[in-house]
Amino acid sequence: MDKIYVLLMAFISIVIVNNLVFTKFLGICPYLGVSGRIDMAFGMGMAVTFVVTLAGTLTWLIDHFVLMPYGLEVTRYICYILVIAGAVQLVEMYLRKFFPPLYESFGIFLPLITTNCAILGLCLFINLWGIDNFIETVVLSFGAGIGFTLAICIMAGIRENLKTADVPDSLKGAPITLITAGLLTLAFMGFAGMIK
Amino acid sequence: MENKAPTVSNVFTAGLWRENPILRLLLGMCPTLAVTTAVKPALTMGLSVIFVLLCSNIVVSLMRKLLKPHLRILMFTLAIATFVTIADLFLKAFQPEMSAVLGPYVPLIIVNCIIICRAEACASKNGLFVSVIDAIGMGIGFTVVLCILGGIRELLATGMIFDIPVMWKGFMPLSAMRMPVGAFITLGLILGLVNMLTAKKS
Repeated sequence: MDKIYVLLMAFISIVIVNNLVFTKFLGICPYLGVSGRIDMAFGMGMAVTFVVTLAGTLTWLIDHFVLMPYGLEVTRYICYILVIAGAVQLVEMYLRKFFPPLYESFGIFLPLITTNCAILGLCLFINLWGIDNFIETVVLSFGAGIGFTLAICIMAGIRENLKTADVPDSLKGAPITLITAGLLTLAFMGFAGMIK
Repeated sequence: MENKAPTVSNVFTAGLWRENPILRLLLGMCPTLAVTTAVKPALTMGLSVIFVLLCSNIVVSLMRKLLKPHLRILMFTLAIATFVTIADLFLKAFQPEMSAVLGPYVPLIIVNCIIICRAEACASKNGLFVSVIDAIGMGIGFTVVLCILGGIRELLATGMIFDIPVMWKGFMPLSAMRMPVGAFITLGLILGLVNMLTAKKS
């Protein structure tokens, strides 16, 4: 029971309290770039969730069973980025073959995910936090994806309403998006310190 | 820049203002927001990015004729990852304090869109000399904006610059500026200011 409790807390922690977008600034590029419409934002969030779960788990396995036993930690970053690029490529091919409609709807987002900092960031943070439990790694990776989806969907919802708002000319576009993001972060700061 | 032959000053100033990576292209937002709590980490980050950008531009420019279209991005990323590893080990050895502050944001330079963007848009199409100039211009443009942002946030959050108090007596530090909120709102207002200045000019 204790174990499930710990995992549940880890999940809530990464989704809400330590949300990658709001507290670590990871994945800001797609967060600002594709949050124009809510359906696109959701598609991006789902694609990221899928890849981040895969990449987080794979890099943890490689780190613990290949790099650490052989003392190859120097090549860690190169291995991580290769795994991520490979995972994205694999997902892309798999979707194109077996789920063409889903592939069509993801469109350009899939290749873009390789350079999404949230993915590499999560792999690095798992390494930094010294997580040595496989199940916890899977839960954290999945939670990170869900947290990203949550953030980008909230943002898209706000931006859809912002279109009708009267924004000063010079603040239109990116500046007002950033300021909105700042206020959203302020709201999420209320969760800070709730867990761990 | 695409139509006419790029001159040295043209390429160099593009990165500084006209195509400034942060203010105009909105690239590399993640390190921009994360490391600008003070001037010193911002400067360290900027210099690391200049180093990686310069090296990756040189390598990509030299191998541009060998690149296959579908493997392009992978090759860029591998070259960048190698130089980021060098920068990270260098910082760990000679600036352990800064390395601890920057933490995972140094390896995150690998996925910094500026570097891939310059490799794709400039280095894979131009010769060595133009690529080097472009890397220096873009790198300096990035660093300057990073330092301005870091300066504003450090000043308002602690009343100090480089740990030297500069504000008047009785100044109330706004600790929110050190938090993510400060980063987003400051950058938003700076972008607004830049838009206003550009609109006025034209």
